[in-house]
Amino acid sequence: MLSPVILIPAILNGLMTGAVYALIALGLTLIYGVLHIINFAHGALLTAAMFAAFFAHRLLGLDPYVAAVLLTPLFYGLGYGLQRFVIGPAAHGEDRSILLVTLGLAVVIENALLYAFRADTRTINLPYAFNTVEIGNAFIAVPRVIAFAVVIVVALALWLIMRWTDSGKAIRAVAKEKLGAELSGINVAHIYAMTFGLGTACLAIAACLLLPTYYVNPSAGNAFVLIAFTIVVLGGMGSVVGALVGGLFVGVVESLCGLFLGETLGQIGIFLMFILVLLFRPTGLFGARA
Amino acid sequence: MKGLVPIAAAVALLAAVPLVTQSNVVLNFLVMTFLIALAGQGWNLLGGYGGQYSFGHAAFFGTGAYVTAIAQMHYGINAWVGFFIGVAAGALVGAVIGLLSFRSGLRGSYFALVTLAFAEVLRIIASVAPITGAGVGTLIKLDLRPEAFQFQSRVPFYWIALGLVAVSLIIVRIIEDSRFGAHLVAVRENEDAASALGVNPTMVKLAAMTVSAAITAAAGCFYAQYFLFIDASIAYGPWVSIEALLAPIVGGVGTVFGPLLGALVVRTLGEVTKLMTGDAPGLDLVIYGSVLVVVVAFAPRGIAGVITMLRQGFAARPIPERGHD
Repeated sequence: MLSPVILIPAILNGLMTGAVYALIALGLTLIYGVLHIINFAHGALLTAAMFAAFFAHRLLGLDPYVAAVLLTPLFYGLGYGLQRFVIGPAAHGEDRSILLVTLGLAVVIENALLYAFRADTRTINLPYAFNTVEIGNAFIAVPRVIAFAVVIVVALALWLIMRWTDSGKAIRAVAKEKLGAELSGINVAHIYAMTFGLGTACLAIAACLLLPTYYVNPSAGNAFVLIAFTIVVLGGMGSVVGALVGGLFVGVVESLCGLFLGETLGQIGIFLMFILVLLFRPTGLFGARA
Repeated sequence: MKGLVPIAAAVALLAAVPLVTQSNVVLNFLVMTFLIALAGQGWNLLGGYGGQYSFGHAAFFGTGAYVTAIAQMHYGINAWVGFFIGVAAGALVGAVIGLLSFRSGLRGSYFALVTLAFAEVLRIIASVAPITGAGVGTLIKLDLRPEAFQFQSRVPFYWIALGLVAVSLIIVRIIEDSRFGAHLVAVRENEDAASALGVNPTMVKLAAMTVSAAITAAAGCFYAQYFLFIDASIAYGPWVSIEALLAPIVGGVGTVFGPLLGALVVRTLGEVTKLMTGDAPGLDLVIYGSVLVVVVAFAPRGIAGVITMLRQGFAARPIPERGHD
């Protein structure tokens, strides 16, 4: 069972899946780091993005990787609008209200999709979906390798935006010291909405990376968002590096659990890990700021 | 105990409904409303008075439902006894989750997350464990005798559901007036200040969560007995957690009548939607989600808050500013 012939492909596959988890978690942790809220609508927005990618393929004939170029700015705008015009004004800046508003949005989005598209599970067929690349002695599906590469590029791009652009500096300023940033003339409502937009844009990319090998139905995003919660808690709320490392780690753990325990138990394993970390190390294993 | 008079009046009024109509549609609608009001009253005690927003009250509802059903089907225990075992089991689950999370100092978003996760873990376990009937669910055998907590007509069920709501109203009303209730509200308003004044926040929250879980579990026990069938996505499904928090928030968090008022409004909205659009899956929840957002945005204190505001308006007093909420 422990021979490298089985283990190495499992670990590699885990890393590739983990990269997409990391991207979803990145969006979540970005929003938490700046707005200090847990976005309960994250899963529903991911599902929405998956449907968008699905219909971009079905109706416009767009390859998911091409659709990503279109959907990323679209979902940035959607996230921006949601925070600026719905969540922000509706919550009156009170934490408990923000929780409820994002929960309400999640319920609305998920069930609107259910109403519009029913519970049917949909997939798309791409000619290259089953092509594989040989890495060492392991055969990895091409879409997974592409996903891994894209996530690395996106994470780098995000880091560059945060580090070097004025908007990135403003976001970091607001995350560190909201009042001070406001006094220096930064429009906090705008920065909040921008951050929410960036987090949602991550979901659009993740959705396009998932679709070639995954299915979509109105609750498809939920499976991922719970994993993303686990990763974010594991890596430390608000920590970008934590999200990336945690994502890859959880991907590998899941892949190995699936190998040894079977699918359902593997799912419970992630939940239990999540609860244990939340109970005993709520600041995360990487000891990021609380 | 002047606060008990309105409770008695409301319950008496509702108790008279079967004397006017015995329509199954009306009674069924009201029984479901009472169930949501009961589950919501449990949420209200912890969330409304204690400020701890749980996103996973399905954990208690489902435990109550499953334990009642399993006690009867696997252990041959009488249904009435099973009901109380179910309530106790729900309270126990509440105490355990509360102990774990409050001792770790989880508040706000973290508490919401961990309760959600526990409910999901229980749902997954119930959907694979043999004793819960796994994916097939659990049927309670038909046995239409009052001793078995089953009735030919819906009227006894109606009165029992109403009785449970009445008990929950009285419990919350008594807690509201007690020292414990004052401690709970103090913890909600400012945990550190309450702790400085000698209140033990962990114990207070834990006690509130246990009673809260017991009340919500009672709703689950009744559900199992009323429908005689449960499965994992009914008993532990997210819909329970959502309706349990929606009812008190719409009606007015931290008020005795909030959950009942809210459940009436929310359920009516749900039924009207169904009548207008046919039985389209998802649409009722779209309405519920929108109501949640709209209420939080425009009436953070729910219907109860709006009534208070209108009264003060009619009394020609200046309407107080909404202050810092």
